[in-house]
Amino acid sequence: MAQAAIELVGISKSFGAVRANRGIDLEVARGTIHGIVGENGAGKSTLMSILYGFYQADSGEIRVGGRPASIRTPNDAIAAGIGMVHQHFMLVDNFTVLENVILGAESDAMLKKSIARARSELERLEREYGLEVDPDAIVEELPVGLQQRVEILKALYRGAEILILDEPTGVLTPAEADHLFRILRQLKEQGKTVVLITHKLREIMAITDTVSVMRQGAMVATRETKNTTVEELAELMVGRRVLLRVEKGEASPGAAKLAVDNLTVRDSRGVTMVDRVSFEVRAGEIVGIAGIAGNGQSELIEAICGIRRAVSGTVLLDGRPIDLTGAADPGELRERGLAHVPEDRHHVGLVLAFEENENSILGYHDRERYAKGMFLDIDAIRDDAREKIEKYDIRPADCRLKTANFSGGNQQKIVLAREIEQNPGVLIVGQPTRGVDVGAIEFIHKRLIAMRDAGKAVLLVSVELNEIRSLSDRILVMFEGRIVGERGPDATEGELGLLMAGVERRETAA
Amino acid sequence: MSTPYARLPGWADYGLIPLINLLVAFVVAGFVVLLVGENPFRAAVILVEGAFGRGQGIAYTLYYATTFIFTGLSVAVAVHCGLFNIGTEGQAYMGGLGVAIVCLSFDRMLPWWLTFPLAVFASAAIGALWALIPAYLQARRGSHIVITTIMFNFIAASIMVYLLVGPLKPLASQAPQTRLFLEGGRLPKLNWVIELFGGKVRSAPFNVSFLLALAMAFGMWVLVWRTRFGYEMRTYGFSPKAARYAGISETRVIVLIMMVSGAFAGMMALNPTMGDQHNVAIDFVSGAGFVGIAVALMGRSHPVGIVLAAILFGMLYQGGAELAFEMPAISRDMIVIIQGLVILFAGALEHMFRPAIEALFASFSPRAVGLAASGKDG
Repeated sequence: MAQAAIELVGISKSFGAVRANRGIDLEVARGTIHGIVGENGAGKSTLMSILYGFYQADSGEIRVGGRPASIRTPNDAIAAGIGMVHQHFMLVDNFTVLENVILGAESDAMLKKSIARARSELERLEREYGLEVDPDAIVEELPVGLQQRVEILKALYRGAEILILDEPTGVLTPAEADHLFRILRQLKEQGKTVVLITHKLREIMAITDTVSVMRQGAMVATRETKNTTVEELAELMVGRRVLLRVEKGEASPGAAKLAVDNLTVRDSRGVTMVDRVSFEVRAGEIVGIAGIAGNGQSELIEAICGIRRAVSGTVLLDGRPIDLTGAADPGELRERGLAHVPEDRHHVGLVLAFEENENSILGYHDRERYAKGMFLDIDAIRDDAREKIEKYDIRPADCRLKTANFSGGNQQKIVLAREIEQNPGVLIVGQPTRGVDVGAIEFIHKRLIAMRDAGKAVLLVSVELNEIRSLSDRILVMFEGRIVGERGPDATEGELGLLMAGVERRETAA
Repeated sequence: MSTPYARLPGWADYGLIPLINLLVAFVVAGFVVLLVGENPFRAAVILVEGAFGRGQGIAYTLYYATTFIFTGLSVAVAVHCGLFNIGTEGQAYMGGLGVAIVCLSFDRMLPWWLTFPLAVFASAAIGALWALIPAYLQARRGSHIVITTIMFNFIAASIMVYLLVGPLKPLASQAPQTRLFLEGGRLPKLNWVIELFGGKVRSAPFNVSFLLALAMAFGMWVLVWRTRFGYEMRTYGFSPKAARYAGISETRVIVLIMMVSGAFAGMMALNPTMGDQHNVAIDFVSGAGFVGIAVALMGRSHPVGIVLAAILFGMLYQGGAELAFEMPAISRDMIVIIQGLVILFAGALEHMFRPAIEALFASFSPRAVGLAASGKDG
């Protein structure tokens, strides 16, 4: 076997009382692509932050290329040949690609020489790895996939031999992700080492040579990718068997509950985000809206829910129009049976500083059952919260605990419990499983299907194609604000991927 | 990933940490005293004794505390809505106008227990109206409340100067103040309460507005944590986006809460005017509105904390006056420095010792700091 590029021996790290990493051993062979999978909070990011010098391990040793390395800051990591591409890019948006690449690696007080050197270096990297990107383009004008390429270039420009990528495909289209994988393979062929952190098991299967699984701060298994399966990895991650695809019967749609007609929405800069969109959602069906983040899905659901002003068009809820002037009262829409699980549960769907029970009435705090005149009926609110905790298996089962102290999956259950238990006729769900761990995803999916089977209309917006495909009865694809196609649940990923990327095709299947 | 963090038990969070901060503030203040050549231990003894040693001192301490409870509540209630009301000073000053109107009109004919409620209403109403304008401008026009309330402090000061050297001043007088209120415009003292406990009070302005202050502290707790409006305003304070999602009107919340804040501030005027000087004089607020910011900060915007912090600042005012008297090397300005240090450590650097204390607690008993909460499940 090839020599190890990185060896971690007995790495432990605690934050206060929380042991984020417990005695982790990891060996990454030179010239391989090594995947690290695990649920949110399993300690993947902490481990990589230690490797990259953001945190100091409490104990343990890091060896790079066989020699013990002392990595106390990211600069040490860079000097040791480690580069990192973060999930959220660390780029200066209004700088050019070149300026971003040399940022922090300028060699002189004046920039001219550094830029000239960087330009020739970038040309070389482009040739070797197929990392084409215009060095003079302004970063914010580049699509996300190219911005990520700039991050990779930054690392390589600093002489990285080992590249760590943290959830790199979260923001990419399937085609962009494929391109990224081609680049990674090329890097591997040139002898670089790649560490890929992700929770998408299929990516792991597609590209890695070796995969390590983390659970609750410990490294529970390392496998040769070719000798393992998605099912085995999922089980290792969660610690029990998981259903990756929920069972559901045939839909029996009824009358239209929500009818959107010619809806147009502009953002604050006047850019058209939703462009003459029409569709309807019937009782007893789940309609999924697929699309890459930022193609108008968020604006669409905000407009329907009365949070964002629409320029034109109509939305009918049970045949009666919704006020789209931006003056709509979301409270009144709730009365009319429209429930909304927002995409951003941290800032919109929940108030993280509130106790759990306070969040379980958000938006419904005016209801008679929670109020005594102008006062809140604290006992009724807490009893109600306890009931939901029980029913949705929210853990820890403590309605007085601050919401920030719940895990992502449990936070999402708090929102879902609140919206579903009000028994709405229409449920609009944005990114129901973003940042939610595998175990909770299964639960949430079952709940949504149960809603459908109870004759509710469900509108699902998600950037996870798998989720859309396994839940939806009909799939609408949004691209640049327009609905570019409708497909059945049996549509292939490739077909949807092309639509999401805006590749026009003849309508063959409806 | 979520940042793991430890929780402290309540008594450490609300008792131990403020205490440590306070001790450090006094240690640093001690060095300042040392620097001017006085004995810091003797200074501390004089300060505490001056504030709590005799009945007279206690009465003065509580008199100052009354003022600071009102201004502290004023700042704190707006903080819960995510608003920083720096205009407490000006709203309190304008509240004095309400007191003046009521007392000058009715002190001849009504007993104090009838003028008092009228004056409470008038001072609160004018304070609330003074806060309404910046609130409206913030809610509907987006002008920042910090800027507008600061500017409104200056406008309030100018208006009050105009009124006190003009319309409100008795004709023959040369002092910029109203005439003395008659019996109907004077609040009864509470000094007898202290004497009940064996303290001796010669004469001190400790009066019934202290009870009003305590009632308002309780009222604030009810408003913020027990009413639907309080729920809406806390939602908005933590996350305006969540408030929008929940169908909470931004304008309504901002305007109403600023009016409540202004009303608390306006009521502060009762204490030094009807309670002590028996007139409304120029600059009677003298910075109490700004002390309210420190009180709210130190009291963690909770009414109980605010009452305690107000008493602490009352102690610094009263004890500080004694100290300046007993130790000539320690001037009035030195007292301000000490107060500043308390604000610095107790308020601004509130989180300085927290990580160390959390780590300490975690090493003693991991379960006590919420390991179970951020543990393994889902």
